[in-house]
Amino acid sequence: MNLLKKVFLVDLFQGLWVTFRNQNPKYIYTEQYPAERPKVAERYRGAPRLNINPDNGETLCIACNLCALACPETLIVVTSERNETTKRKELTTFTYDTSRCMFCGLCEDACPVDALELTQDFEMATYTREGQIWDRQTLEEGPKPTQYKC
Amino acid sequence: MSDTTFLDSTELVLNMGPQHPSTHGVLRVILKLDGEKVLGTDCVIGYLHRGVEKIGENRTYAQFNPYVDRMDYVAAISNGLGYCLAVEKLLNVEVPARAQCVRVILTELNRIASHLLWLGTHALDIGAITPVFYCLREREEALKIFEKYCGARLTTHAFRIGGLQYETYDGFEQDIRDFNKWFLPKVDEYEELLTNNRIWVGRLKGVGVLNADECKEYGVTGPVLRAAGVKWDIRKALPYSGYEKYEFEIPTRENGDTYDRYIVRMQEMRQSVRIMAQAVEAIPEGPIMGKVGKVIKPPVGEAYVSIEAPKGELGYYVVSDGSTQPYRMRVRPPSFVNLQALDRMVAGGLIADVVAIIGTLDIVLGEVDR
Repeated sequence: MNLLKKVFLVDLFQGLWVTFRNQNPKYIYTEQYPAERPKVAERYRGAPRLNINPDNGETLCIACNLCALACPETLIVVTSERNETTKRKELTTFTYDTSRCMFCGLCEDACPVDALELTQDFEMATYTREGQIWDRQTLEEGPKPTQYKC
Repeated sequence: MSDTTFLDSTELVLNMGPQHPSTHGVLRVILKLDGEKVLGTDCVIGYLHRGVEKIGENRTYAQFNPYVDRMDYVAAISNGLGYCLAVEKLLNVEVPARAQCVRVILTELNRIASHLLWLGTHALDIGAITPVFYCLREREEALKIFEKYCGARLTTHAFRIGGLQYETYDGFEQDIRDFNKWFLPKVDEYEELLTNNRIWVGRLKGVGVLNADECKEYGVTGPVLRAAGVKWDIRKALPYSGYEKYEFEIPTRENGDTYDRYIVRMQEMRQSVRIMAQAVEAIPEGPIMGKVGKVIKPPVGEAYVSIEAPKGELGYYVVSDGSTQPYRMRVRPPSFVNLQALDRMVAGGLIADVVAIIGTLDIVLGEVDR
């Protein structure tokens, strides 16, 4: 029996049959990026965004500096100045160095007002290293990847 | 002047790696060869050293959490679990039952993902190209569940000290059930491809034998130890995260060769599915975060916790001096310890066996070098 199995290459044909079964085109998983963009999950931790109030365009950030303290890589720099009339801290600049970011989400967890958020954008490539350091304007607008038509 | 030159010597020293694709990363093995026979090996490690333990001493407890994912990056969730358990032991915090249950599910899913990557690349090293495509296809589904749960696929940062940061998403249970149902026939499919295949058997049987005594001598753990017939699994021996509640077996084999390690890992994937199936039906309601303050400041002391990672015993030793940062952070990585047995396993084999043995040890260089 064993000899027959050996002569007729049963084990090899068994494997080939598995390969054959998987030939079905409905098992094709290749994504045609960039024509076909992957749909990332809702909780995806991608490009950071500094949210603004949609009604008046003012930033939601209260310049509490908690995100900068939570960040393991200390890549967030927040500066603020005190408004003399309202006696409140107001955000002046917000710098986020995405080149060192590991998208752990600790800054997002630390934010008490949901101003800083990691979004579903994942196309963050730039031509320069400086381009990876995002200022307040970039953070509010988000990355603008080139849309290719294929 | 002697009459013999180096050409007369039959010994040849050859470097394998650090760029060799079958060393699974940046491992350099110096081979002492006699023809194709390997007389001895010498491992050179450290090409991927990032000083993770030192980084741990310079970060707060919560901040160090994402870094542990970057050691064994194919089993990031297991790493995160080990670290969280160690700090929780230091803090003496009780993790809620719901969090423990979700942790078990995700860790077992990660074990499957890790074993799938091992199977694919191991088969690729041996010369079977097909399994890697199927394995990565199935692994993709596991990674999708991670992405849906915590927003990252590989270096997940899924757990936090004291419990979980994220509540399970809608349809989490159903996703796990679907995965279980869909995945088990796939394991049979891999077995159909490989288990009886004459080339596979010929390349693996009797290669890299490490018997039980040698395993204990080297401190080797995980599937390598179990393939030698030692029934040792931390999940059973020192249960953590409520593993004592689940029914599962520890697959073992007798011979301790590469083929047995393959069989043990295949069985482990089935057992992981079994644990997940039990856990997903019994996720309790309740909070997901234990009583942990915003600033984690453990009392002076030390804690060692080891868990059963996909590759073996993964231990975290944390020493606290009462400040917000660990005084000392030590990791006992399974890959690093298992790699020490390479020389013993290879001795007397062929160069092709070295490739098979590095594959079967299932090392991740991120963890070896830290």
